[in-house]
Amino acid sequence: MSRQANRGTESKKMSSELFTLTYGALVTQLCKDYENDEDVNKQLDKMGYNIGVRLIEDFLARSNVGRCHDFRETADVIAKVAFKMYLGITPSITNWSPAGDEFSLILENNPLVDFVELPDNHSSLIYSNLLCGVLRGALEMIRKLRYTANA
Amino acid sequence: MRTRGAERLLGRGGRRMADAALFEFLHTEMVAELWAQDPDPGPGGQKMSLSVLEGMGFRVGQALGERLPRETLAFREELDVLKFLCKDVWAAVFQKQMDSLRTNHQGTYVLQDNSFPLLIRMASGLQYLEEAPKFLAFTCGLLRGTLSTLGIKSLVTASVAALPACKFQVVIQRS
Repeated sequence: MSRQANRGTESKKMSSELFTLTYGALVTQLCKDYENDEDVNKQLDKMGYNIGVRLIEDFLARSNVGRCHDFRETADVIAKVAFKMYLGITPSITNWSPAGDEFSLILENNPLVDFVELPDNHSSLIYSNLLCGVLRGALEMIRKLRYTANA
Repeated sequence: MRTRGAERLLGRGGRRMADAALFEFLHTEMVAELWAQDPDPGPGGQKMSLSVLEGMGFRVGQALGERLPRETLAFREELDVLKFLCKDVWAAVFQKQMDSLRTNHQGTYVLQDNSFPLLIRMASGLQYLEEAPKFLAFTCGLLRGTLSTLGIKSLVTASVAALPACKFQVVIQRS
């Protein structure tokens, strides 16, 4: 009985680590392929964008969130629903601009960087830049989708 | 960039878990990079080739293997390792078990998945057969990497007769 339970936890953990490890392997590979950190950052952003435009459909299908009425609501959904669903964390929302059109998400515990140590010669590398691309792609797609609240 | 060694993570438990869908999205995007490449690359021109994908899978498979509990490493026979791969590892990575395992008892194993998750999104049947190898390279490496950590040197290839079913062939390399 307990062996089954252990197996389940072990499976879930491996499944979660799979993404983190794969991401690490990807960044390592990109650092080999591109000569400088800036190009790696751009590539991560681009790949993230491509993921984001598809991920948004998955998110809408699974989360059942209604239409956001303003940007503050959007920020809440991103931090409390989306990040929770996909990465198991809830970043904090801070740093709102006076116009209310800009904010910061602070990730205290970023699963992407588990087991990762950056060597000194990659000081300009934005390791988690894929996330920026994902957010950008998903939000752009939301604007294009004619989304109405579920009936 | 190096990953820290085989730290046991049991303490962190279910605190933060990346959703399984994320791996699929990331994998698909990595494969798409292949498509985006110059169709006629010169030597060294291909940034993300099949062997690069396989190599990445290998490193991930190794790392996954390192995180297995000690008890699992005490296998009695080679066949037990392959069964472990088909049941536990496959379930952990793809949320299902391998559908069949066959062997000639001489170091060759054929693992069959009738409904391989990374091929599911592609139309079933024969339409995208040509593209299938790109979606299997990483996983071949992953199998090879996990086997490597479990002390087994191998060559892993995959074949697709009709999507989404595929076969992984593991040939044990004895030095």
